[in-house]
Amino acid sequence: MYVAVKGGEAAIDNAHALLDHERRGDPSVPELSVAQIREQMTLLVDRVMTEGSLYDPDLAALALKQARGDLIEAVFLVRAFRTTLPRFGTSEPIDTDTMRAIRRVSAIYKDLPGGQVLGPTFDYTHRLIDFALAAEGEPERPAESQAASEVMPHVASLLDGERLIEREPAADPNIPVGDLTREPLDFPAGRDLRLQALARGDEGFVLALGYSTQRGFGRTHPFTGEIRIGDVEIEFVPEELGFAVPLGEMTLTECEMVTQFTGSAAQPPQFTRGYGLAFGRGERKAMAMALVDRALRAREFGEEVAAPAQDEEFVLSHCDNLQATGFVEHLKLPHYVDFQAELELVRRMRAEHEAGGQTDALEAAE
Amino acid sequence: MTETPAYEPRQEAMRVYALATANELATALEKVGPPDGAEEMRAPEIGLVMARGRIGGTGAPFNAGEVSVTRAAVRLTTGEIGIAYQLGRDKPKARTAAMLDALWQAGRRTEVHAALEPVRNRIAEERALKARRVAATKVDFFTMVRGED
Repeated sequence: MYVAVKGGEAAIDNAHALLDHERRGDPSVPELSVAQIREQMTLLVDRVMTEGSLYDPDLAALALKQARGDLIEAVFLVRAFRTTLPRFGTSEPIDTDTMRAIRRVSAIYKDLPGGQVLGPTFDYTHRLIDFALAAEGEPERPAESQAASEVMPHVASLLDGERLIEREPAADPNIPVGDLTREPLDFPAGRDLRLQALARGDEGFVLALGYSTQRGFGRTHPFTGEIRIGDVEIEFVPEELGFAVPLGEMTLTECEMVTQFTGSAAQPPQFTRGYGLAFGRGERKAMAMALVDRALRAREFGEEVAAPAQDEEFVLSHCDNLQATGFVEHLKLPHYVDFQAELELVRRMRAEHEAGGQTDALEAAE
Repeated sequence: MTETPAYEPRQEAMRVYALATANELATALEKVGPPDGAEEMRAPEIGLVMARGRIGGTGAPFNAGEVSVTRAAVRLTTGEIGIAYQLGRDKPKARTAAMLDALWQAGRRTEVHAALEPVRNRIAEERALKARRVAATKVDFFTMVRGED
Protein backbone atom coordinates (compact mmCIF):
# COMPACT_ATOMS: atom_id res chain seq x y z
CA MET A 1 0.00 0.00 0.00
CA TYR A 2 1.31 3.42 -0.91
CA VAL A 3 0.25 6.59 0.86
CA ALA A 4 1.68 9.97 -0.11
CA VAL A 5 3.00 11.94 2.81
CA LYS A 6 4.48 15.39 2.88
CA GLY A 7 7.38 16.65 4.89
CA GLY A 8 11.11 16.45 4.96
CA GLU A 9 11.76 18.88 2.08
CA ALA A 10 14.12 21.02 4.15
CA ALA A 11 15.87 17.92 5.48
CA ILE A 12 16.32 16.59 1.93
CA ASP A 13 17.72 19.88 0.64
CA ASN A 14 20.13 20.10 3.52
CA ALA A 15 21.15 16.46 3.12
CA HIS A 16 22.04 17.11 -0.52
CA ALA A 17 24.03 20.22 0.42
CA LEU A 18 25.85 18.13 3.01
CA LEU A 19 26.51 15.48 0.35
CA ASP A 20 28.08 18.12 -1.90
CA HIS A 21 30.25 19.24 0.99
CA GLU A 22 31.33 15.70 1.88
CA ARG A 23 32.06 14.90 -1.75
CA ARG A 24 34.66 17.65 -1.82
CA GLY A 25 36.51 16.17 1.15
CA ASP A 26 39.25 18.14 2.85
CA PRO A 27 39.40 21.52 1.04
CA SER A 28 43.13 21.75 1.72
CA VAL A 29 43.56 18.81 -0.70
CA PRO A 30 43.35 19.88 -4.38
CA GLU A 31 40.06 19.05 -6.08
CA LEU A 32 40.00 16.17 -8.59
CA SER A 33 39.37 17.23 -12.17
CA VAL A 34 37.22 15.16 -14.52
CA ALA A 35 40.22 14.88 -16.85
CA GLN A 36 42.30 13.42 -14.01
CA ILE A 37 39.67 10.77 -13.37
CA ARG A 38 39.37 10.02 -17.09
CA GLU A 39 43.13 9.66 -17.53
CA GLN A 40 44.19 8.07 -14.25
CA MET A 41 41.20 6.01 -13.11
CA THR A 42 40.83 4.52 -16.56
CA LEU A 43 39.70 1.04 -15.63
CA LEU A 44 37.01 2.38 -13.33
CA VAL A 45 35.85 4.79 -16.05
CA ASP A 46 35.74 1.87 -18.48
CA ARG A 47 33.66 -0.16 -16.08
CA VAL A 48 31.15 2.67 -15.66
CA MET A 49 30.89 2.89 -19.46
CA THR A 50 30.39 -0.87 -19.82
CA GLU A 51 27.78 -1.23 -17.10
CA GLY A 52 26.23 2.14 -17.88
CA SER A 53 26.04 0.80 -21.45
CA LEU A 54 27.22 4.13 -22.88
CA TYR A 55 30.65 4.73 -24.39
CA ASP A 56 31.64 8.23 -23.31
CA PRO A 57 34.81 8.47 -21.17
CA ASP A 58 34.26 12.12 -20.19
CA LEU A 59 30.71 11.49 -19.08
CA ALA A 60 31.68 8.37 -17.12
CA ALA A 61 34.49 10.29 -15.39
CA LEU A 62 32.11 13.11 -14.46
CA ALA A 63 29.56 10.59 -13.19
CA LEU A 64 32.24 9.01 -11.00
CA LYS A 65 33.15 12.39 -9.55
CA GLN A 66 29.51 13.18 -8.83
CA ALA A 67 28.95 9.71 -7.34
CA ARG A 68 32.00 10.03 -5.06
CA GLY A 69 33.46 6.97 -6.75
CA ASP A 70 30.42 4.78 -6.16
CA LEU A 71 30.33 2.56 -9.21
CA ILE A 72 26.63 1.72 -9.27
CA GLU A 73 25.60 5.31 -8.52
CA ALA A 74 27.78 6.41 -11.46
CA VAL A 75 26.13 3.76 -13.66
CA PHE A 76 22.76 5.14 -12.53
CA LEU A 77 23.76 8.68 -13.60
CA VAL A 78 25.01 7.48 -16.99
CA ARG A 79 21.88 5.42 -17.65
CA ALA A 80 19.66 8.35 -16.63
CA PHE A 81 21.59 10.65 -18.97
CA ARG A 82 21.12 8.31 -21.93
CA THR A 83 17.35 8.36 -21.50
CA THR A 84 17.38 12.12 -22.24
CA LEU A 85 19.00 11.65 -25.66
CA PRO A 86 17.50 10.75 -29.04
CA ARG A 87 18.89 7.72 -30.82
CA PHE A 88 20.25 8.51 -34.27
CA GLY A 89 20.42 4.87 -35.26
CA THR A 90 22.56 1.78 -35.14
CA SER A 91 26.23 1.42 -36.03
CA GLU A 92 27.67 -0.91 -38.61
CA PRO A 93 28.81 -4.12 -36.90
CA ILE A 94 32.27 -3.43 -35.49
CA ASP A 95 35.08 -5.46 -37.03
CA THR A 96 37.40 -6.43 -34.23
CA ASP A 97 39.66 -8.11 -36.79
CA THR A 98 40.85 -4.62 -37.70
CA MET A 99 41.54 -3.65 -34.08
CA ARG A 100 44.90 -2.01 -33.39
CA ALA A 101 45.61 -4.22 -30.42
CA ILE A 102 47.49 -3.04 -27.36
CA ARG A 103 47.14 -6.52 -25.89
CA ARG A 104 46.47 -9.90 -27.39
CA VAL A 105 47.05 -13.21 -25.67
CA SER A 106 45.96 -16.76 -26.32
CA ALA A 107 46.15 -19.65 -23.88
CA ILE A 108 45.76 -22.30 -26.57
CA TYR A 109 48.36 -21.40 -29.21
CA LYS A 110 51.84 -20.28 -28.31
CA ASP A 111 52.86 -19.20 -31.80
CA LEU A 112 49.93 -17.63 -33.52
CA PRO A 113 49.90 -15.14 -36.37
CA GLY A 114 50.34 -11.67 -34.92
CA GLY A 115 51.98 -13.11 -31.81
CA GLN A 116 51.31 -12.84 -28.10
CA VAL A 117 51.44 -9.22 -27.04
CA LEU A 118 51.16 -8.52 -23.33
CA GLY A 119 50.54 -4.79 -23.45
CA PRO A 120 49.93 -2.88 -20.23
CA THR A 121 48.94 -5.67 -17.84
CA PHE A 122 48.81 -6.36 -14.11
CA ASP A 123 49.68 -10.01 -14.89
CA TYR A 124 53.08 -11.09 -13.52
CA THR A 125 53.27 -8.09 -11.19
CA HIS A 126 53.98 -9.08 -7.60
CA ARG A 127 50.95 -7.34 -6.21
CA LEU A 128 53.09 -5.58 -3.66
CA ILE A 129 51.96 -2.10 -2.73
CA ASP A 130 54.25 0.36 -4.47
CA PHE A 131 54.89 3.05 -1.91
CA ALA A 132 56.82 5.03 -4.50
CA LEU A 133 53.44 5.89 -6.08
CA ALA A 134 52.50 7.80 -2.95
CA ALA A 135 55.10 10.35 -3.97
CA GLU A 136 54.83 12.22 -7.22
CA GLY A 137 57.17 11.28 -10.01
CA GLU A 138 57.32 10.40 -13.67
CA PRO A 139 57.24 6.72 -14.60
CA GLU A 140 60.04 5.20 -16.66
CA ARG A 141 59.74 5.67 -20.42
CA PRO A 142 58.28 2.50 -21.94
CA ALA A 143 60.59 0.43 -24.12
CA GLU A 144 60.09 0.45 -27.87
CA SER A 145 60.79 -2.05 -30.58
CA GLN A 146 60.09 -2.46 -34.25
CA ALA A 147 56.37 -2.81 -34.79
CA ALA A 148 55.37 -5.27 -37.47
CA SER A 149 52.13 -4.42 -39.19
CA GLU A 150 51.02 -8.03 -38.93
CA VAL A 151 47.32 -8.75 -39.08
CA MET A 152 45.86 -10.54 -36.10
CA PRO A 153 43.27 -13.02 -37.29
CA HIS A 154 40.94 -14.32 -34.62
CA VAL A 155 42.35 -17.50 -33.10
CA ALA A 156 39.10 -19.33 -33.79
CA SER A 157 39.80 -18.97 -37.51
CA LEU A 158 42.89 -21.17 -37.04
CA LEU A 159 40.76 -24.01 -35.71
CA ASP A 160 38.18 -23.34 -38.36
CA GLY A 161 40.65 -24.50 -41.01
CA GLU A 162 40.27 -28.04 -39.66
CA ARG A 163 36.54 -27.57 -39.04
CA LEU A 164 37.24 -28.37 -35.41
CA ILE A 165 35.33 -25.41 -34.07
CA GLU A 166 31.76 -24.38 -34.57
CA ARG A 167 31.15 -21.52 -36.97
CA GLU A 168 29.49 -18.45 -35.58
CA PRO A 169 26.05 -17.76 -37.03
CA ALA A 170 26.50 -15.49 -40.04
CA ALA A 171 24.78 -12.13 -40.20
CA ASP A 172 21.34 -12.38 -41.76
CA PRO A 173 19.73 -9.07 -42.70
CA ASN A 174 16.29 -10.69 -42.43
CA ILE A 175 16.74 -11.50 -38.76
CA PRO A 176 16.14 -8.44 -36.56
CA VAL A 177 18.69 -7.84 -33.82
CA GLY A 178 17.08 -7.84 -30.38
CA ASP A 179 17.38 -4.75 -28.21
CA LEU A 180 16.47 -4.97 -24.55
CA THR A 181 16.48 -1.19 -24.20
CA ARG A 182 13.51 -1.07 -26.57
CA GLU A 183 11.57 -4.19 -25.67
CA PRO A 184 11.43 -5.97 -22.33
CA LEU A 185 13.33 -9.24 -22.14
CA ASP A 186 11.29 -12.30 -22.92
CA PHE A 187 12.35 -15.89 -22.34
CA PRO A 188 13.78 -17.87 -24.00
CA ALA A 189 16.01 -15.04 -25.23
CA GLY A 190 18.17 -15.27 -28.35
CA ARG A 191 21.95 -15.18 -28.05
CA ASP A 192 21.98 -11.57 -29.29
CA LEU A 193 19.83 -10.46 -26.35
CA ARG A 194 21.76 -12.62 -23.89
CA LEU A 195 25.02 -11.00 -25.01
CA GLN A 196 23.52 -7.52 -24.76
CA ALA A 197 22.33 -8.20 -21.22
CA LEU A 198 25.66 -9.73 -20.18
CA ALA A 199 27.65 -6.89 -21.78
CA ARG A 200 25.91 -4.34 -19.53
CA GLY A 201 25.66 -6.76 -16.61
CA ASP A 202 27.42 -6.27 -13.29
CA GLU A 203 31.02 -7.44 -13.44
CA GLY A 204 30.89 -8.92 -9.94
CA PHE A 205 27.74 -10.90 -10.68
CA VAL A 206 28.95 -12.17 -14.06
CA LEU A 207 32.36 -12.98 -12.56
CA ALA A 208 30.78 -15.03 -9.78
CA LEU A 209 28.62 -16.93 -12.26
CA GLY A 210 31.60 -17.61 -14.52
CA TYR A 211 33.52 -18.82 -11.49
CA SER A 212 30.63 -21.10 -10.51
CA THR A 213 30.84 -22.87 -13.89
CA GLN A 214 34.53 -23.57 -13.27
CA ARG A 215 33.76 -25.00 -9.84
CA GLY A 216 31.35 -27.54 -11.25
CA PHE A 217 28.00 -25.75 -11.38
CA GLY A 218 27.48 -26.22 -15.10
CA ARG A 219 30.92 -27.57 -15.87
CA THR A 220 32.32 -26.46 -19.23
CA HIS A 221 36.13 -26.69 -18.84
CA PRO A 222 36.96 -23.80 -21.15
CA PHE A 223 40.22 -22.51 -22.59
CA THR A 224 40.93 -18.87 -23.32
CA GLY A 225 41.12 -18.93 -27.09
CA GLU A 226 41.98 -15.28 -27.21
CA ILE A 227 41.79 -11.97 -25.40
CA ARG A 228 42.35 -8.78 -27.33
CA ILE A 229 42.20 -5.15 -26.26
CA GLY A 230 42.66 -2.19 -28.56
CA ASP A 231 41.25 0.62 -30.62
CA VAL A 232 38.76 0.04 -33.35
CA GLU A 233 36.77 2.30 -35.62
CA ILE A 234 33.01 2.59 -35.38
CA GLU A 235 30.95 3.59 -38.42
CA PHE A 236 27.39 4.78 -38.85
CA VAL A 237 25.37 5.21 -42.03
CA PRO A 238 23.19 8.35 -41.74
CA GLU A 239 20.08 8.23 -43.94
CA GLU A 240 20.90 11.59 -45.51
CA LEU A 241 24.33 10.39 -46.68
CA GLY A 242 23.87 6.74 -47.56
CA PHE A 243 27.48 5.82 -46.83
CA ALA A 244 29.30 4.86 -43.66
CA VAL A 245 30.65 7.82 -41.67
CA PRO A 246 33.61 7.00 -39.41
CA LEU A 247 32.42 8.28 -36.01
CA GLY A 248 35.81 7.86 -34.41
CA GLU A 249 37.59 5.17 -32.47
CA MET A 250 36.71 3.34 -29.33
CA THR A 251 38.69 1.00 -27.10
CA LEU A 252 37.18 -2.45 -26.73
CA THR A 253 38.07 -5.71 -25.04
CA GLU A 254 36.94 -9.04 -26.40
CA CYS A 255 37.42 -12.58 -25.20
CA GLU A 256 36.71 -15.85 -26.87
CA MET A 257 36.55 -19.01 -24.77
CA VAL A 258 36.61 -22.42 -26.44
CA THR A 259 35.06 -25.49 -24.86
CA GLN A 260 35.24 -29.10 -25.92
CA PHE A 261 31.97 -30.61 -27.02
CA THR A 262 31.61 -34.35 -27.50
CA GLY A 263 28.94 -33.97 -30.13
CA SER A 264 25.30 -34.91 -30.45
CA ALA A 265 23.06 -36.52 -33.04
CA ALA A 266 22.97 -33.21 -34.90
CA GLN A 267 26.52 -31.97 -34.39
CA PRO A 268 29.93 -33.65 -34.67
CA PRO A 269 32.46 -33.47 -31.83
CA GLN A 270 34.09 -30.07 -31.95
CA PHE A 271 35.02 -27.02 -29.93
CA THR A 272 32.23 -24.62 -29.07
CA ARG A 273 32.54 -20.94 -28.33
CA GLY A 274 31.63 -18.37 -25.71
CA TYR A 275 32.06 -14.67 -26.38
CA GLY A 276 32.63 -11.63 -24.22
CA LEU A 277 32.85 -7.94 -25.15
CA ALA A 278 33.41 -4.90 -22.95
CA PHE A 279 33.86 -1.17 -23.51
CA GLY A 280 37.37 0.05 -22.76
CA ARG A 281 39.77 -2.25 -20.99
CA GLY A 282 37.59 -4.86 -19.29
CA GLU A 283 39.49 -8.11 -19.46
CA ARG A 284 38.02 -9.74 -16.37
CA LYS A 285 34.51 -8.83 -17.44
CA ALA A 286 34.99 -10.06 -21.00
CA MET A 287 36.40 -13.39 -19.76
CA ALA A 288 33.58 -13.92 -17.27
CA MET A 289 31.02 -12.94 -19.88
CA ALA A 290 32.44 -15.48 -22.33
CA LEU A 291 32.12 -18.23 -19.71
CA VAL A 292 28.53 -17.32 -18.95
CA ASP A 293 27.64 -16.95 -22.64
CA ARG A 294 28.80 -20.53 -23.20
CA ALA A 295 27.02 -21.81 -20.08
CA LEU A 296 23.76 -20.21 -21.28
CA ARG A 297 24.01 -22.15 -24.55
CA ALA A 298 23.40 -25.43 -22.68
CA ARG A 299 20.01 -26.07 -24.25
CA GLU A 300 21.41 -25.46 -27.73
CA PHE A 301 23.89 -28.32 -27.20
CA GLY A 302 21.44 -30.63 -25.46
CA GLU A 303 23.24 -30.25 -22.13
CA GLU A 304 21.36 -30.62 -18.86
CA VAL A 305 20.32 -27.25 -17.44
CA ALA A 306 21.06 -27.74 -13.77
CA ALA A 307 23.24 -24.89 -12.57
CA PRO A 308 22.43 -21.20 -11.95
CA ALA A 309 24.80 -20.02 -14.72
CA GLN A 310 22.86 -22.12 -17.25
CA ASP A 311 19.48 -20.73 -16.23
CA GLU A 312 18.93 -17.80 -18.56
CA GLU A 313 15.98 -16.35 -16.71
CA PHE A 314 17.95 -16.36 -13.48
CA VAL A 315 21.08 -14.88 -15.06
CA LEU A 316 19.48 -12.26 -17.28
CA SER A 317 16.93 -11.12 -14.72
CA HIS A 318 19.57 -10.49 -12.08
CA CYS A 319 22.73 -9.36 -13.88
CA ASP A 320 21.79 -5.68 -14.16
CA ASN A 321 23.18 -3.88 -11.13
CA LEU A 322 20.94 -0.85 -11.59
CA GLN A 323 17.77 -2.93 -11.49
CA ALA A 324 19.18 -4.89 -8.57
CA THR A 325 20.12 -1.84 -6.55
CA GLY A 326 16.79 -0.20 -7.32
CA PHE A 327 14.84 -3.05 -5.83
CA VAL A 328 17.14 -3.70 -2.90
CA GLU A 329 17.52 -0.03 -2.00
CA HIS A 330 13.84 0.79 -2.28
CA LEU A 331 13.48 -1.08 1.01
CA LYS A 332 14.93 1.92 2.83
CA LEU A 333 12.13 4.20 1.65
CA PRO A 334 9.18 4.73 3.99
CA HIS A 335 7.01 1.63 4.36
CA TYR A 336 5.20 3.00 7.43
CA VAL A 337 1.73 1.92 6.36
CA ASP A 338 2.78 -1.54 5.17
CA PHE A 339 4.57 -2.06 8.42
CA GLN A 340 1.57 -0.84 10.48
CA ALA A 341 -0.57 -3.40 8.70
CA GLU A 342 1.91 -6.19 9.44
CA LEU A 343 2.25 -5.01 13.03
CA GLU A 344 -1.50 -5.31 13.51
CA LEU A 345 -1.44 -8.75 11.96
CA VAL A 346 1.39 -9.99 14.16
CA ARG A 347 -0.34 -8.57 17.28
CA ARG A 348 -3.53 -10.43 16.40
CA MET A 349 -1.72 -13.70 15.69
CA ARG A 350 0.23 -13.31 18.91
CA ALA A 351 -2.98 -12.81 20.88
CA GLU A 352 -4.50 -15.88 19.25
CA HIS A 353 -1.35 -17.87 19.91
CA GLU A 354 -1.35 -16.90 23.58
CA ALA A 355 -5.07 -17.60 23.94
CA GLY A 356 -4.50 -20.99 22.30
CA GLY A 357 -1.59 -21.65 24.63
CA GLN A 358 -3.81 -20.99 27.68
CA THR A 359 -6.41 -23.37 26.33
CA ASP A 360 -3.69 -25.99 25.83
CA ALA A 361 -2.46 -25.47 29.40
CA LEU A 362 -6.00 -25.84 30.75
CA GLU A 363 -6.50 -28.99 28.73
CA ALA A 364 -3.21 -30.40 30.01
CA ALA A 365 -4.20 -29.60 33.60
CA GLU A 366 -7.50 -31.37 33.29
CA MET B 1 38.99 -5.12 -59.25
CA THR B 2 36.16 -3.10 -57.81
CA GLU B 3 36.12 0.62 -58.37
CA THR B 4 36.66 2.90 -55.42
CA PRO B 5 33.30 4.36 -54.44
CA ALA B 6 33.02 8.09 -55.15
CA TYR B 7 32.32 8.90 -51.51
CA GLU B 8 35.56 7.35 -50.27
CA PRO B 9 37.78 10.47 -50.24
CA ARG B 10 35.04 12.38 -48.40
CA GLN B 11 34.72 9.51 -45.96
CA GLU B 12 38.47 9.59 -45.40
CA ALA B 13 38.30 13.33 -44.63
CA MET B 14 35.46 12.65 -42.18
CA ARG B 15 37.67 10.08 -40.46
CA VAL B 16 40.27 12.78 -39.84
CA TYR B 17 37.64 15.28 -38.56
CA ALA B 18 36.50 12.62 -36.08
CA LEU B 19 39.99 11.84 -34.81
CA ALA B 20 41.13 15.47 -34.66
CA THR B 21 40.94 17.47 -31.45
CA ALA B 22 38.61 20.48 -31.33
CA ASN B 23 41.61 22.84 -31.49
CA GLU B 24 43.18 21.06 -34.44
CA LEU B 25 39.93 21.24 -36.37
CA ALA B 26 39.36 24.91 -35.57
CA THR B 27 42.90 25.66 -36.77
CA ALA B 28 42.26 23.74 -39.99
CA LEU B 29 39.05 25.68 -40.67
CA GLU B 30 40.87 28.95 -39.97
CA LYS B 31 43.51 27.96 -42.52
CA VAL B 32 40.97 27.11 -45.20
CA GLY B 33 38.96 30.24 -44.40
CA PRO B 34 35.52 29.93 -42.80
CA PRO B 35 32.75 30.30 -45.39
CA ASP B 36 30.76 33.55 -45.41
CA GLY B 37 27.08 33.33 -44.68
CA ALA B 38 26.99 29.62 -43.97
CA GLU B 39 23.63 28.68 -42.57
CA GLU B 40 23.08 26.21 -39.76
CA MET B 41 20.78 23.60 -41.26
CA ARG B 42 20.74 21.54 -38.14
CA ALA B 43 22.00 22.96 -34.89
CA PRO B 44 24.60 20.63 -33.34
CA GLU B 45 22.73 17.93 -31.48
CA ILE B 46 23.86 15.25 -29.05
CA GLY B 47 22.36 11.81 -29.41
CA LEU B 48 23.10 8.11 -29.29
CA VAL B 49 24.12 5.43 -31.74
CA MET B 50 23.70 1.81 -30.71
CA ALA B 51 27.06 0.11 -31.24
CA ARG B 52 26.82 -3.35 -32.74
CA GLY B 53 29.33 -6.06 -32.02
CA ARG B 54 29.52 -9.45 -33.70
CA ILE B 55 29.06 -12.77 -31.95
CA GLY B 56 32.54 -14.29 -31.73
CA GLY B 57 33.98 -11.13 -33.30
CA THR B 58 32.97 -12.28 -36.78
CA GLY B 59 29.41 -13.62 -36.61
CA ALA B 60 25.89 -12.24 -36.45
CA PRO B 61 25.45 -8.78 -34.89
CA PHE B 62 24.23 -8.01 -31.37
CA ASN B 63 23.68 -4.70 -29.59
CA ALA B 64 26.74 -4.11 -27.44
CA GLY B 65 25.79 -0.76 -25.91
CA GLU B 66 25.42 2.83 -27.00
CA VAL B 67 27.93 5.54 -27.85
CA SER B 68 27.33 9.28 -27.52
CA VAL B 69 27.46 11.08 -30.85
CA THR B 70 27.14 14.72 -31.89
CA ARG B 71 25.82 15.66 -35.28
CA ALA B 72 25.62 18.94 -37.17
CA ALA B 73 24.67 20.15 -40.65
CA VAL B 74 25.47 23.45 -42.37
CA ARG B 75 24.58 24.87 -45.80
CA LEU B 76 26.82 27.23 -47.72
CA THR B 77 25.37 30.16 -49.67
CA THR B 78 26.39 28.19 -52.77
CA GLY B 79 24.13 25.34 -51.67
CA GLU B 80 26.58 22.66 -50.52
CA ILE B 81 25.49 20.84 -47.39
CA GLY B 82 28.13 19.76 -44.90
CA ILE B 83 27.33 16.99 -42.46
CA ALA B 84 29.15 15.74 -39.38
CA TYR B 85 28.62 12.78 -37.07
CA GLN B 86 31.26 12.27 -34.39
CA LEU B 87 31.80 10.41 -31.15
CA GLY B 88 31.48 12.54 -28.04
CA ARG B 89 29.53 15.61 -27.03
CA ASP B 90 31.56 18.46 -28.51
CA LYS B 91 29.04 20.64 -30.38
CA PRO B 92 31.44 23.35 -31.65
CA LYS B 93 33.73 20.61 -32.98
CA ALA B 94 30.85 18.95 -34.86
CA ARG B 95 29.87 22.30 -36.37
CA THR B 96 33.48 22.91 -37.49
CA ALA B 97 33.60 19.44 -39.05
CA ALA B 98 30.35 20.12 -40.92
CA MET B 99 31.83 23.40 -42.24
CA LEU B 100 34.92 21.60 -43.49
CA ASP B 101 32.74 18.91 -45.09
CA ALA B 102 30.74 21.63 -46.88
CA LEU B 103 33.89 23.37 -48.09
CA TRP B 104 35.32 20.04 -49.20
CA GLN B 105 32.34 19.61 -51.50
CA ALA B 106 32.45 23.25 -52.68
CA GLY B 107 35.62 22.80 -54.69
CA ARG B 108 37.98 23.43 -51.77
CA ARG B 109 39.04 19.81 -51.44
CA THR B 110 42.74 20.49 -51.92
CA GLU B 111 42.83 23.25 -49.30
CA VAL B 112 40.92 21.16 -46.76
CA HIS B 113 43.19 18.20 -47.38
CA ALA B 114 46.28 20.38 -46.93
CA ALA B 115 44.94 22.00 -43.76
CA LEU B 116 44.46 18.54 -42.24
CA GLU B 117 48.03 17.45 -42.97
CA PRO B 118 49.33 18.26 -39.43
CA VAL B 119 46.42 16.29 -37.92
CA ARG B 120 47.12 13.24 -40.07
CA ASN B 121 50.79 13.43 -39.13
CA ARG B 122 50.06 13.75 -35.43
CA ILE B 123 47.72 10.75 -35.53
CA ALA B 124 50.23 8.67 -37.52
CA GLU B 125 53.06 9.53 -35.11
CA GLU B 126 50.99 8.72 -32.03
CA ARG B 127 49.87 5.42 -33.50
CA ALA B 128 53.40 4.48 -34.50
CA LEU B 129 54.75 5.27 -31.02
CA LYS B 130 51.98 3.27 -29.37
CA ALA B 131 52.63 0.36 -31.74
CA ARG B 132 56.37 0.39 -30.98
CA ARG B 133 55.70 0.38 -27.25
CA VAL B 134 53.20 -2.44 -27.58
CA ALA B 135 55.63 -4.36 -29.82
CA ALA B 136 58.20 -4.26 -27.00
CA THR B 137 55.78 -6.38 -24.93
CA LYS B 138 55.57 -9.14 -27.52
CA VAL B 139 56.55 -12.51 -26.10
CA ASP B 140 59.46 -14.43 -27.62
CA PHE B 141 59.11 -18.01 -26.53
CA PHE B 142 62.14 -20.23 -26.33
CA THR B 143 62.32 -23.81 -25.17
CA MET B 144 64.50 -24.16 -22.08
CA VAL B 145 64.38 -27.90 -21.50
CA ARG B 146 62.40 -30.32 -23.54
CA GLY B 147 61.35 -33.33 -21.51
CA GLU B 148 61.94 -36.39 -23.70
CA ASP B 149 61.31 -39.19 -21.23
